[in-house]
Amino acid sequence: MIGVIDYRAGNAPSVMYALHRLGLDARLVAEPAGLVDVDHVILPGVGAARATLVSLSDSELLEPLQARVIADGMPFLGICIGMQVLFERSEEGSVDGLGWLDGEVRRFPDSNRVPQIGWNAVRFTRTHPVTADLPDPTHCYFVNSYYSVPASPEDVLGVTDYGVEFCSVVARDNLIATQFHAEKSGELGLRLLRAFAAWDGAAC
Amino acid sequence: MLTKRLIACFDVIDGRVTKAQQFQDNIDVAPATELGARLYDDQIDEIVFYDIMASAQKRKIDLETVRGVAEHVFVPFTVGGGVRSVEDMYEVLKAGAEKISIDSMAVRQPDIIRQGAEAFGRQCIVLSTQVKRVEPRAEIPSGYEVFIDGARVATGMDALEWVRRGEDLGAGEIVVNSIDKDGTASGYDLEITRAVADAVNVPVIASGGAGTPEHIADGLTAGGASAAIISSILYSPRLDRNLGVRELKDALGTLGVLMRPWVEDAGGEAGIGR
Repeated sequence: MIGVIDYRAGNAPSVMYALHRLGLDARLVAEPAGLVDVDHVILPGVGAARATLVSLSDSELLEPLQARVIADGMPFLGICIGMQVLFERSEEGSVDGLGWLDGEVRRFPDSNRVPQIGWNAVRFTRTHPVTADLPDPTHCYFVNSYYSVPASPEDVLGVTDYGVEFCSVVARDNLIATQFHAEKSGELGLRLLRAFAAWDGAAC
Repeated sequence: MLTKRLIACFDVIDGRVTKAQQFQDNIDVAPATELGARLYDDQIDEIVFYDIMASAQKRKIDLETVRGVAEHVFVPFTVGGGVRSVEDMYEVLKAGAEKISIDSMAVRQPDIIRQGAEAFGRQCIVLSTQVKRVEPRAEIPSGYEVFIDGARVATGMDALEWVRRGEDLGAGEIVVNSIDKDGTASGYDLEITRAVADAVNVPVIASGGAGTPEHIADGLTAGGASAAIISSILYSPRLDRNLGVRELKDALGTLGVLMRPWVEDAGGEAGIGR
C-alpha cells in the first residue's frame, strides 16, 4: 500500500490517478493514522515551499512521516516541492526545510523565463533501481522557479539544463525525489512510479 | 534544453469538445474524456480544457468532466471557465487539474490572480487573454485591445499593459488568444504574440489560428511563444484533413523546432488496467 500525503497545497489527486492507472494500491494520507500500515510513501507537491511546510505541520503529519521514513527506512518519493522541502533551506521566503538531505534550494536566474514550464531532458549520473528502466536522457515535465542544490554530489542522480545545470533527481538511502512531475510525464513518468512501487528502499 | 509544447485545447459544452470559429458557431467534435484519452495516447504534451458555457450560465465548472479527463491524461492539464474564487480553484485542482486558467474573471477582479498565486503558487495560474486588433488610440497604444466574455465585450484595456499587470500580480503563464485569428486556420497573430513575449518574463502561449505545422513553427519562433495551443488542426470537422500529434511533431522537427522526442515503446504502462 502506497501512502500519498494529502495536504491542501499539494496535487495528490493527479498522483492517485496515475497510481490507480498502474493498478497499484494507494491511499491518500491526511492524518497520522494513515501512515501506520503503508509500505511506500509519496510526498507530492506544487506551489510554494512555505505553504507546503505549513500545511504539513498543521496536519501533524511531519513527525510520524519522519519516524516512518528516517527511522524505519520506508521507501520515500518526493515530487517537485516534495523534493525541495527535503533540503535544509530555501531562498523561497527564506524558509527552513526538513533537512533530511544536506543542501539548499535556489531561484533560477531571470536570464530565462521563470517559472520553467515544460518538458526538459533528465540525464542520469549513476544507476538506481527506480530509474533503471528509463532511457537516458528522459524528457519529463517540469514546473519550477526554484531548484535544489545538494551539498553532497553523490546524492545527485539526474541533472537538467535550464540556464544552469541543476539536480533534477536526488537519491540517498531510501529517499528518492524528482523535481519533475512523474505523474504528469506521460508513459515514462508512469514507468518511474511503477519502479518506485516495486523498490525495497535499498540504494543498489 | 526545454522543448516547445503542443497544447490541445478543448472547448467543452455538456462534456463534449466543440470547435468554434472566431468564438462562434460551435460544432460538436467528441466526448472530452474520449478525446483526452486518445490525445494522451498520441503523446500530446499538454491539454487545456475550457468550460466555455460556465460563465454565461453563471454556474460552477463541470467538475465531473474535469475528473473524467484527468483520470485518463498523465500529462499536464489546465482547466478554465467558471472559476470565481480561490475555493473554486481548489475544487478544480482537487478534481485533477494542475493549472487554472482565468480570463474574463481576472479582468473583472484582477486580485484573483494574486490570491490564486499566493494559495497555489504562480505556476498554477494561467492568465488567458482574448485580444483583438484595433485602431491604436490613447488608452490602447499597442493597437490590441483586451476583450472578455467570449470575445463579445470590449474592455478598453491595452493588451500589453494587461499582461504586464497580470505577470506582476502573479500569473505564471500567459495565453495570447487572437480573436481575429480564432478558428481561421490562417496562422497565429505573430505581432501581438511576439510583443507579449517581449513584454513579460513568464512563458507565453500562442493561441488562435494554427492551421499548418508552419503556422505552429512561426508562433514558436518568430512569435517567441514557449507553447502553441492547437485544436482545428487536430480535430476540426471544418478542415478537409486533420493531422495527428506525431505528424505535427515530425513536421515541426523538420522545421527546426525542438520538441519532446517520441517515446517508441510507450503504452506498456498506461495500458495496464484499461
